Amino acid sequence: FSGAGGGNDIQWCFSQVKGAVDDDVAEADIISTVEFNHSGELLATGDKGGRVVIFQQEQENKTQSHSRGEYNVYSTFQSHEPEFDYLKSLEIEEKINKIRWLPQKNAAQFLLSTNDKTIKLWKISERDKRPEGYNLKEEDGRYRDPTTVTTLRVPVFRPMDLMVEASPRRIFANAHTYHINSISINSDYETYLSADDLRINLWHLEITDRSFNIVDIKPANMEELTEVITAAEFHPNSCSTFVYSSSKGTIRLCDMRASALCDRHSKLFEEPEDPSNRSFFSEIISSISDVKFSHSGRYMMTRDYLSVKIWDLNMENRPVETYQVHEYLRSKLCSLYENDCIFDKFECCWNGSDRQVEFLSLCTSDLSNIVMTGSYNNFFRMFDRNTKRDITLEASRENNKPRTVLKPRKVCASGKRKKDEISVDSLDFNKKILHTAWHPKENIIAVATTNNLYIFQDKMN
Amino acid sequence: MFVRGLKRKCFDGEEDIEGTLAGIKAIPSYNLQRQSLLDMSLVKLQLCHMLVEPNLCRSVLIANTVRQIQEEMTQDGTWQMINTQSTGQASLDRLVSTDILCRSSRDQAEGKHVPAYGTFNKDFESDQAHDSSETMSTASSVQAPRNLQSNVWEMENPQENKGNFQKSLDQIFETLENKSSNSVEDLFSEVDNSYYDLDTMLTGMMSNTKVGHCDSLETFSSPTNTASNSNCKSDLNDLDHIVEILVES
Repeated sequence: FSGAGGGNDIQWCFSQVKGAVDDDVAEADIISTVEFNHSGELLATGDKGGRVVIFQQEQENKTQSHSRGEYNVYSTFQSHEPEFDYLKSLEIEEKINKIRWLPQKNAAQFLLSTNDKTIKLWKISERDKRPEGYNLKEEDGRYRDPTTVTTLRVPVFRPMDLMVEASPRRIFANAHTYHINSISINSDYETYLSADDLRINLWHLEITDRSFNIVDIKPANMEELTEVITAAEFHPNSCSTFVYSSSKGTIRLCDMRASALCDRHSKLFEEPEDPSNRSFFSEIISSISDVKFSHSGRYMMTRDYLSVKIWDLNMENRPVETYQVHEYLRSKLCSLYENDCIFDKFECCWNGSDRQVEFLSLCTSDLSNIVMTGSYNNFFRMFDRNTKRDITLEASRENNKPRTVLKPRKVCASGKRKKDEISVDSLDFNKKILHTAWHPKENIIAVATTNNLYIFQDKMN
Repeated sequence: MFVRGLKRKCFDGEEDIEGTLAGIKAIPSYNLQRQSLLDMSLVKLQLCHMLVEPNLCRSVLIANTVRQIQEEMTQDGTWQMINTQSTGQASLDRLVSTDILCRSSRDQAEGKHVPAYGTFNKDFESDQAHDSSETMSTASSVQAPRNLQSNVWEMENPQENKGNFQKSLDQIFETLENKSSNSVEDLFSEVDNSYYDLDTMLTGMMSNTKVGHCDSLETFSSPTNTASNSNCKSDLNDLDHIVEILVES
């Protein structure tokens, strides 16, 4: 990408990093989800401690035209608290599994955040003025002695320091026996789905005491359970279509118009197994950890342990493209199984849609042409579908000079290690990038390491 | 989840391990690798963090892996060979195999001819003769899960760990010495099903998550999904939980 220059290659530069500096990571600070809102002005993170932190992009400074606005803390609130299920004697983690923003309808912002069991709709609103000049109350709130009131006045709004308030407007609870892994807002902006390991429920944003179960793969006899739901998402344009992925590497597309319970899929996407790569770990590494539709909805992307696959919704029997994220790990699967890393759930994301490009490439190419996903050693990878080029970058405080282009990294799988390459054995498997997000409109990306959030942007001239 | 970075370059006491290695000539066979994998998987299934509900996806994937191994071993007829000749030798071999599984990348880097452990190719069958002495019932191995787990995962003090590992393995072998069965069923018949029977184990975990009132609450408007999955076992487990809580308080 940042090679020979010219063309449309993006040159990524460090912009900011948020979070504690020390290596000793507090468990509660582990970032568990990252999401830009629809305009890209707000960037939300959720952590293991149940907190949501929202960053806001500064308005662009006209004098500093070479960089886009910085992201600063806008609001922090405790979304979920730890709970204890007394009937099962088990804790319910407060970790935020997913955050999804609603499109903005008025001055306030709304987002859905979920832990393993409960989804909450949060309203984030600004207050920058307050009424002053009450007749019966002093400015500090104490009531005035009525006998001292001799005149009447109309209270007026006066400016005050900006206060950002977050309040829970809806709580969608008690609908999931298993752990929620996904939430997805429908294109009708009125309903959304929530998926756990065995079931998917459909909600109306206004109604909290009822939800419709639309997928149920729980077998009558739990002893027969061999497959679970790993992710689900609504189609970006068709409000009756959604997909869900499984631990066996399949994706099912369902149409809610077909029946009330979408247990029978409309389409089943599955790639036949490569017999030469078969091992005891084949199924585990085929388990899909994330699924994302492209902007047009024509394609979808899935992430399994070693690769990213692009599927054309019109072709079920194999993906149209496959990108290897870290194929050098294939020979280490046993070790990765032992230390549980093989169960890490990496997410993936598409690039944002550039409006200029959008106009020009109406029919020719899909707007979604770059995919990004994380790896170990704080590396993350990007694949350009058009140029077929890929790049590996590192999220590290060591190379944090703004406007300096990030140096591409390379992992040496075997044989002689060249200078600047890193051998597979030196990779730090505790430093994993599971969550990344791409600004919906600009080339700004947010990359979460264990407890730090990095923001990179392309080099503007 | 116990996460260990593979970045640790030195398994302390590497010299000791290599000294032991020097005495072992045979490369761990496919069957031994497979056995280790099976044991590792069973340990993983046992040791869910019981404070928080276990991750269902992970459990299902591990359980499927165990099933695969079981099926293959049944086809191979490997289940029938449980003759453990020398416990000391066998336990050392097992220690080696686990270490090598962890260190395969290092060995490869150093140019040793060690097979890739990620892919268990069926073609890789060497030293079948050794297999009979090394294969053992995995049922009892689960009975010492804590020792096994803590010593396989934590390589910080391998000298001490090796000793413990050996001890726990010896325990396992002791209980096995008198066992010899010719069929899979016999093998399982003397085992506490709640430990080894995969299906029961899975059900046991699942029954923790089955709660009558939750089931009814979660599907208000979906008449097609009213199949009641509660069975006696789950009810009993729930009862146990309730009694536990009551008694403790």
